[in-house]
Amino acid sequence: MEQTQIPFGMLLQKAVRIRTHILEMLAEAKSGHPGGSLSAVEILVSLYFYKMRHDPKRPDWPDRDRFVLSKGHAAPVLFATLAEAGYIPISELKTLRKLNSRLQGHPDHRVPGVEFPGGSLGIGLSAAIGMALAGKIDKKDYRVYALLGDGELDEGETWEAAMAAPKFKLGNLTAIIDRNGIQQDGLTEQIMPMEPLAYKWKAFNWHVLEVDGFDLRQVIEALEKAENMRNRPTVIIAHTVKGKGVSFMEWDPAYHGKAPDKDTVKKLVESMRNQ
Amino acid sequence: MLGLMLVQMSSMRDALAEALLELGSKDQRIVVLGADTSVSIKTSLFADRYPDRFFNVGIAEANMIGIAAGLALAGKIPYVSTYSAFVPGKCLDQIRNAVAYPNLDVKIVSSHGGVSVGPDGASHQTVEDVAAMRAIPHLRVILPADAPSTRVLIEESWRTPGPFYIRLSRPSVPEVYSSRPDLKVGHVKVLKEGTDVAIIACGVMVNAALEAGESLAKEKISAEIVDCHTLKPLDADTIVGVARKTGGIVTAEEQNIIGGLGSAVAESTSSSYPVPISMVGVRDTFGESGEYKELMAKYGLTSKDIVRAAKKLVASR
Repeated sequence: MEQTQIPFGMLLQKAVRIRTHILEMLAEAKSGHPGGSLSAVEILVSLYFYKMRHDPKRPDWPDRDRFVLSKGHAAPVLFATLAEAGYIPISELKTLRKLNSRLQGHPDHRVPGVEFPGGSLGIGLSAAIGMALAGKIDKKDYRVYALLGDGELDEGETWEAAMAAPKFKLGNLTAIIDRNGIQQDGLTEQIMPMEPLAYKWKAFNWHVLEVDGFDLRQVIEALEKAENMRNRPTVIIAHTVKGKGVSFMEWDPAYHGKAPDKDTVKKLVESMRNQ
Repeated sequence: MLGLMLVQMSSMRDALAEALLELGSKDQRIVVLGADTSVSIKTSLFADRYPDRFFNVGIAEANMIGIAAGLALAGKIPYVSTYSAFVPGKCLDQIRNAVAYPNLDVKIVSSHGGVSVGPDGASHQTVEDVAAMRAIPHLRVILPADAPSTRVLIEESWRTPGPFYIRLSRPSVPEVYSSRPDLKVGHVKVLKEGTDVAIIACGVMVNAALEAGESLAKEKISAEIVDCHTLKPLDADTIVGVARKTGGIVTAEEQNIIGGLGSAVAESTSSSYPVPISMVGVRDTFGESGEYKELMAKYGLTSKDIVRAAKKLVASR
């Protein structure tokens, strides 16, 4: 197995690199979804560089942990993370959304390391359940992680899946909700109120944890706690900020699906690197 | 020939259950998913034999397809089964994005297709499923004619990697094939040679096509009868050959003629060897409650309808 875990102190640096990749690739593509990509950076960093058992040289390794990006519009954060981990060349990131590129607007199987094509919202948790069931049948100890958007929870299939995972006693499944509070049309609590969110998942018999989604220590501790659950799935509600790291994007629903221009990104990246 | 024989009736669902039991013993990768209809569809027999490889997700079809996708991604071969009104009816998105797009080894077997479902009425009948499934890239679309061919085609779906939509009908139907037929995905089966007109049918309409062939023979019309169990990928070479040989085609199907078998045959012949095509099928309408035979008569899905279409086509030349 490839050692993909890096020292805790270096995780922050990874997060900065991934944020700059996201901004640069979106500026190059001239379209895409910055807000929900930037809010999930620390979650993916915690998984790919600390928690998950995986090997970028063997994306099909049967014993690998699996990560399902259900909120597929956050493709930039996944591609940037896969590039930093060594699944794809960093130079390829600039081909995002371009004709003949593997890096589609929403992730698919052309890209090594992508486990599931999550473009249409609401399906990823179901697919993660399928992978977790297969792990149990095969008596393998791999874990399955699914990242869901909070707006995505409007989809009824999420709740079908939420009912099913505890029925099948999937202790090997962890769902993470990127609770950034914003969806395309506005605030989640205005478009379709989700609160009390933790109570909903508790009522569905999940092991529920809440963390600050930018505090790497909290995220990692929650992932460790999830692993201790033998027969019960865990959901981690990660409180985040849409557009995190770019002051004018934070809390602005307009940046759900609007790419920044190149000049702006150049200045942003310089200031990020100097921090 | 058939008229003189004692007609054996059998159920496609029984054939499905038998096929799954056999595949389940041969291949540990086989898993089966149900959505609260497994007793009706008889996949509960698989659940009894292999409880660790059967998952009942409740009345949640979208979740079922998503879970099947995940199982396939982790190396399993899932067979998912419920009524065709609900799969694909309630989960076109999941079939499109989670199964067909990544080209996964998920086999969707829907029962109770068409209007032959009977008294449950339009909400439980399907006229649109075949057109919808045919239009999704990567999906293979199969309509077996009877129980023996169901069994063979289920096995074929196991041998052939990739996603399938296999549509079965509810009633027990006459056996077109007396024993284990030699059927291959993507190849039509010519059941009877003929020269004046071709009848290309799928699903329960294959038996009606054979009956129609006998009636036509009495009127000295020689009909070629073709079982087109695979609507996609269509056996275009053979079908164009049939068009060339007979000069006119009647298609017969138990679904909307918009986007179904007739459309597929027209797509394959129109550019290379166009011939008149008369389509017997549901004429863009919903079904209703009634007995199987009554419904087939009311919606123009009998051997008489095929005979009428064939004679009109022959007379017009």
